[in-house]
Amino acid sequence: MAEIRIKSVGKRFGSFTALHSIDLDIADQSFVVLLGASGCGKTTLLRIIAGLETPSTGEVWIGDRRVDHLPPRERGIAMVFQNYAVFPHLTVFENIAFGLRMKKLPQADIDRRVKRTAELMHIEQLLKRYSGQLSGGQRQRVAVARALAMEPDVILMDEPLSNLDALLRLEMRAELKGVLAASRTTTVYVTHDQVEAMSLADRIAVMNAGRIEQAADPVEVYRNPATRFVGGFIGSPPMNFVPATRAGNGGWQAAGLTFAGPAAGDRLDLAVRPEDLTHAAEGFAATVRVIEPLGAHTLVTAEVEGRPFRAVIDSDHRVAPGDVLHLMPRADRIRWFDPETGKAA
Amino acid sequence: MSAAEAEIPADLTRPVAESRSIGRWLYGAAVALLLAWVLVPLYLLLVNTLSSPDAVQGFPKTGFPTLDFGSVNFFLTYEGVGQALLNSVLTAVATMVLAIVLGAPAGYALSRFEFKGKSAFRMLVLMTRAFPLPLLALPLAVMFIQVHLDDTVIGLALVHTTLALPFSVLVTFSIFSGIPVEFEEAAWTLGCTRWQGFRKVLLPLVLPGIAASAVFAFTISWNEVFAASVLTIQNRTLTAFLLQTLDYSPLPLKFAGGAMLVLPALIFIFAVRKYMLSMWGIANR
Repeated sequence: MAEIRIKSVGKRFGSFTALHSIDLDIADQSFVVLLGASGCGKTTLLRIIAGLETPSTGEVWIGDRRVDHLPPRERGIAMVFQNYAVFPHLTVFENIAFGLRMKKLPQADIDRRVKRTAELMHIEQLLKRYSGQLSGGQRQRVAVARALAMEPDVILMDEPLSNLDALLRLEMRAELKGVLAASRTTTVYVTHDQVEAMSLADRIAVMNAGRIEQAADPVEVYRNPATRFVGGFIGSPPMNFVPATRAGNGGWQAAGLTFAGPAAGDRLDLAVRPEDLTHAAEGFAATVRVIEPLGAHTLVTAEVEGRPFRAVIDSDHRVAPGDVLHLMPRADRIRWFDPETGKAA
Repeated sequence: MSAAEAEIPADLTRPVAESRSIGRWLYGAAVALLLAWVLVPLYLLLVNTLSSPDAVQGFPKTGFPTLDFGSVNFFLTYEGVGQALLNSVLTAVATMVLAIVLGAPAGYALSRFEFKGKSAFRMLVLMTRAFPLPLLALPLAVMFIQVHLDDTVIGLALVHTTLALPFSVLVTFSIFSGIPVEFEEAAWTLGCTRWQGFRKVLLPLVLPGIAASAVFAFTISWNEVFAASVLTIQNRTLTAFLLQTLDYSPLPLKFAGGAMLVLPALIFIFAVRKYMLSMWGIANR
């Protein structure tokens, strides 16, 4: 059991800066997801925690030990790789036992721990098989069992579900959450899938271009994005942005409507989520372009003052392309961003 | 589409079909020619090896072996053949060991580490094969005499190692590259040092490929005749021995000796052909 502290960690590959001075505290027994598009540095950060990459600057602490100079085997971690890395020349049993044998545990302990983790991951009937005789989902289970059997302080997972088909991914996601919560192991999990991140995480660290944009619990990240990038990245469809200018009497003028807003600044972007819009008599005049019925709701892609604008409305409303809808944002769900810095205002 | 095709008059499609069949015929002929180029000499070698000395000398030829081991017997009991055979085996084994011990680490480094001049190094490794051995032979012989390596199995093995090394480096490079680095990384996170990870995880996975590359090094040494002739006098390898006695040795000896040289090489290369094709990282990745 251990917390992880990352102190101004930077990583350069030649002239390319993969990470700009990252600071992140990961609480003991928490489940933190590093979320971002490919190339944002999330895997690099995970590999630095694992000891598979050396940081160019900064410190990594696990528990009360500084580990950035230690090799992976001395860090008390276990890792699950994107391609599972189940050793093809060993049986499932020997794969799970591999790390325990390296620790030179007695055979009885090894048998017990392999059996227990195999039962936990429902692969006890596969122990005699080789990797080549397993499906992708089974290999995934072996990889997780192998990590759990180590009883590590920290489990690191690099997009472990991305090679599974959609249905299996859903099933494994729920199972992983249960197993990891029960094991009370600190977990760092890398993914580019925001639904996965939302459903698994105690805390999400949204990364972009080698920086952490926001690290907070999933609902906070969703409701109160710290930056415009986070608002535009999280949510499907993401937030709508409408440029606003300072009106008289301290309000803000956006697409012909006046809203109460922050006291400072003279140019801001108004942001609102597509599901926080109501079909009303007064609101943004949106010309409908595309309609996508999703069953309970209808996703409407429209234009407000020539900019794309999406709304999720109740499917009872019948709309057709070319219609003009009046969409009013819920006042308590409006967020403001500074267009220059991208930060929330 | 199909309607449009059907409307094309038959006489318009014929030239296309004809030129295609000519192309196929040329291709088949080229394949047959190449096969004959390789297989006919091998067949004649085999026929004459498995015929009695009288049949080898006699005329007309039947084209079929008389299945007589007289020639083989004659060859095996010929003065000096046994020693030459032993020298060939010793040299080839030493070459094989040296080429792998020196080549595999280079292949590993090329596959796993990024360093400046990596592609230039790969090219350079290959270019050593383009350097003509005859140019090196005289200075090499002089140097070998000075350090008393001349006319020894190990001296010749060193030369053969330099010939085999480019292949063992490039083949092992491709074999290591075919194993995802995550296997090793997983081993490290599970408690292995770099060396333990190599021994417990990577080595079992690459062993067949390494063996293939070792066999190839063996074959290079086994077949090599120039350096063997220049650098040995008393301790001839089989190739050098046969070349030396070519003038005066009887025909059955030449045929049996030739077969003796060709057979192991053929078998080995056939056994490891899959790995040879992967040399440029095509098949194995």
